[in-house]
Amino acid sequence: MSVASIIGQALVLFGTFFYVLSSLGLIRMPDVYNRMQTATKSATLGSLGVIIGTGIWAIGEVGSYSWIPKTLIIAVFLLLTNPIAAHALIRAAYKSGVPLWEGSIVDRYKEAESSLERVEEIKEKLEEPSQEVETNE
Amino acid sequence: MGEASRISRYIYTVLILFIIWLFLTSSLDPQELTIGAIFSLVVGALTYEVFTERGLGNLNPKRVLYFIAYIPYFLWAMIMANLDVAYRVLHPKRPINPGIVECKTTLTNNVGKLALANSITLTPGTITLDVKGDRYFIHWIDVKDKSVEGASENITKPFEKFLKVIFE
Repeated sequence: MSVASIIGQALVLFGTFFYVLSSLGLIRMPDVYNRMQTATKSATLGSLGVIIGTGIWAIGEVGSYSWIPKTLIIAVFLLLTNPIAAHALIRAAYKSGVPLWEGSIVDRYKEAESSLERVEEIKEKLEEPSQEVETNE
Repeated sequence: MGEASRISRYIYTVLILFIIWLFLTSSLDPQELTIGAIFSLVVGALTYEVFTERGLGNLNPKRVLYFIAYIPYFLWAMIMANLDVAYRVLHPKRPINPGIVECKTTLTNNVGKLALANSITLTPGTITLDVKGDRYFIHWIDVKDKSVEGASENITKPFEKFLKVIFE
């Protein structure tokens, strides 16, 4: 057992712990939005730990350094794409009308949306007369 | 902040692609390097228009230094976020207090806004729901301040001081 093996194994263990937490969060949290919180964060950090841990473990076990760059680039790719996927999912959930948990305090997004709709309604009303004039001509 | 010249954008794209190739193959064999250079030149010619707006201006030493300083800061924030999640999941009473708040940002660059949104998603208790202009709608698991100013102070301020130098 070399030092690199021990560090790698510790990192993989660390990552696995956060994987477990992430799936536990899926069961315990009350609504989509809170589940998304636990799932995204813990799964991303867990993957980072497992992937980079594998690269370091390979140094001690196989004696090859060529795993490190590959695992690093996979980790960076995950780190960049995971939050975007989460953002797309949570936004789609909101747009398709999934309700917030009843304990939620404040929903600024709804207020902003309704105020936007009001602005658009007013604009349409303002535009209607001018269109009539155009059609009359 | 206008667009850089086409040449500079092209060179920057090829450089980034070639670095990714080096990491993927992880060998310095001349054959690998040659074929990698050829492929980066071809792919760079096809994609540089959508890939970058500022070209080599991105490699300004100040920006690179701030970026390197940002990495440990961000990783630390991420570990704290996960310990926070661990606490909320394992605590028997499930101490959550969620809501959607609005934040304002001072960033104007699109890539900067994307980086800020990603950073918000991966750090303690917040996840970006939508971005409209300079307004961020954020689902916060533990709402401490409902007002726009207060939420910005808590959520976006810590990252903006880095991202402003890196992307503006």
